[in-house]
Amino acid sequence: MVLVYAESPNGQFKKAAFEAVAYGHLTAQAMGTTCVALVLGKADDAGQLGRYGATRVYQVQHSHLANFDSQVYASVIASAAQELGTEVVVVSHSSTGKSLLGRLAVKLNAGSVAGAKSVPNSESGFSVQKGVFSGKATATYAISSAVKVLSVMGNSLPATVVGDVASVEVLDVAVPAPRVQVKEVKSVSSGKAPLPEAELVVSAGRGLKGPENWGIVEDLADALGATTACSRPVADIGWRPHHEHVGQTGVAIRPNLYIAAGISGAIQHLAGVNSSKVIVVINKDPEAPFFKAADYGVVGDAFEVLPRLTDAVKRFKNS
Amino acid sequence: MKRLVCISKTPDTTAQISFSADGKTFNSAGVQYILNPYDEWYALVRAVELKEKQGGTVTVLNVGLAENDQIIRKALAIGGDDAIRVNVDPKSALFTAKQIAEVAQSGGYEVVFCGKETIDYNASEVGAMVAEFLDVPFISYATHLEMDGQTATITRDIEGGSEVVEVVAPFVVSAAKGMAEQRIPNMRGIMMAKNKPLKVVPPVPFDDPVQVVQFSLPPAKQGVKMVSPEDMDELVRLLHEEAKVI
Repeated sequence: MVLVYAESPNGQFKKAAFEAVAYGHLTAQAMGTTCVALVLGKADDAGQLGRYGATRVYQVQHSHLANFDSQVYASVIASAAQELGTEVVVVSHSSTGKSLLGRLAVKLNAGSVAGAKSVPNSESGFSVQKGVFSGKATATYAISSAVKVLSVMGNSLPATVVGDVASVEVLDVAVPAPRVQVKEVKSVSSGKAPLPEAELVVSAGRGLKGPENWGIVEDLADALGATTACSRPVADIGWRPHHEHVGQTGVAIRPNLYIAAGISGAIQHLAGVNSSKVIVVINKDPEAPFFKAADYGVVGDAFEVLPRLTDAVKRFKNS
Repeated sequence: MKRLVCISKTPDTTAQISFSADGKTFNSAGVQYILNPYDEWYALVRAVELKEKQGGTVTVLNVGLAENDQIIRKALAIGGDDAIRVNVDPKSALFTAKQIAEVAQSGGYEVVFCGKETIDYNASEVGAMVAEFLDVPFISYATHLEMDGQTATITRDIEGGSEVVEVVAPFVVSAAKGMAEQRIPNMRGIMMAKNKPLKVVPPVPFDDPVQVVQFSLPPAKQGVKMVSPEDMDELVRLLHEEAKVI
């Protein structure tokens, strides 16, 4: 059996949860077994996970699950995995999933792969691929333990609808008391998809000359329904908030489309964005190194090109 | 307060990544190795800052062979008091975590610091594994850490925001950008580091359930297709019809 922990922050599933279930479904199919989902605490309409391939949804409810503590959550997931006789446990490669994965590996005596981007090959043994060296290469890992735990990289595989709503069953497992007390939660809600999940990203760098010029970046992002990002220097000098910084030391992203304006493309920046499926580079310097990593390039002044592109996108959307 | 800072060695951010012809091993010839930036800039520096303000000790821990002594000495130059090296070339996160947990437990360390991930394998697994081996809380992606006695107040990044948590030592924390500022070791630090104790200990046996069997490089980009800055309708058409991303 494949068990997928589907995150439901504030009772809501996000794309990452659906992708994890879809990944679990494909993994189960390859292994000739079934996929079930596990939700912890509040979750609106947990049965909808069935659409992405969970044949059943198990739910654990307890006041100790109100806030996330990796120790508590890992204990519950591991207990559920043992009770259900699970061979593979799947979580999302999110900040929550990443702090669970290592704990689950230890608890279940399991080999783990963090940030898996392929469906496991279980024809001979069990192997799975992940990106390494900040996206510059791919490694295939073989896991020899009886139980395996995987975190699935966001935007690697689509969350395809394959079935119908599943039945939700309450699972009774012990829930230890949390030792981490959450004092305050600050959400940066822009109404846009958070960067690690975003499918479309519009990013800009020092070429924009100042924070007052970001309107043309936001206009393009709005026209596309994209999330905005920036390069490191721009975050460091305070033109843009730090959570927008993509690159080696910032957020690593893998959107379908990454549009970069006024960013030269230092290797540290590329490390955070080179897993993007399609990269568009807009730069007035034809020698900018970023063009070598781009799929489409525009040599021009961002102040002219960005508004022109925004208008073109609007025309396309209205046609 | 006894603090343990786990440090790792990684290829420099600008290193050319290549593999042996059969794709089985990483080609380390000509690669410059550095102290993993998250371990150095954030975890180590914050631990040293807390020691300077509140006393106690900072021990640097590395799991690796003698070639790693260079980065260990750098960590000592930045402000670690002493160092321990577990003398083995680790093959997986789980193996590494087991070694760290043994040292942390036998040495009675109260706070274990690590970086949020290494920049080579990007797994972000070791901290959580160490915490589980020790059965203590784990706070990941910490951007701010204050200690008052045994109680820590930590700001950590979560999806779409951040949260402030309180936790009592012992615990494991993984450090992200914001926790501290990079420190360049000064000459006095470098000289003193030469005489600080570095203890080499053997690994504890542990069966490794995970191994890399193949490396590969991504297919080369087809080459960039240039579009006239005057014709953004053409770029939109390409993104829609050819790349199929909008």
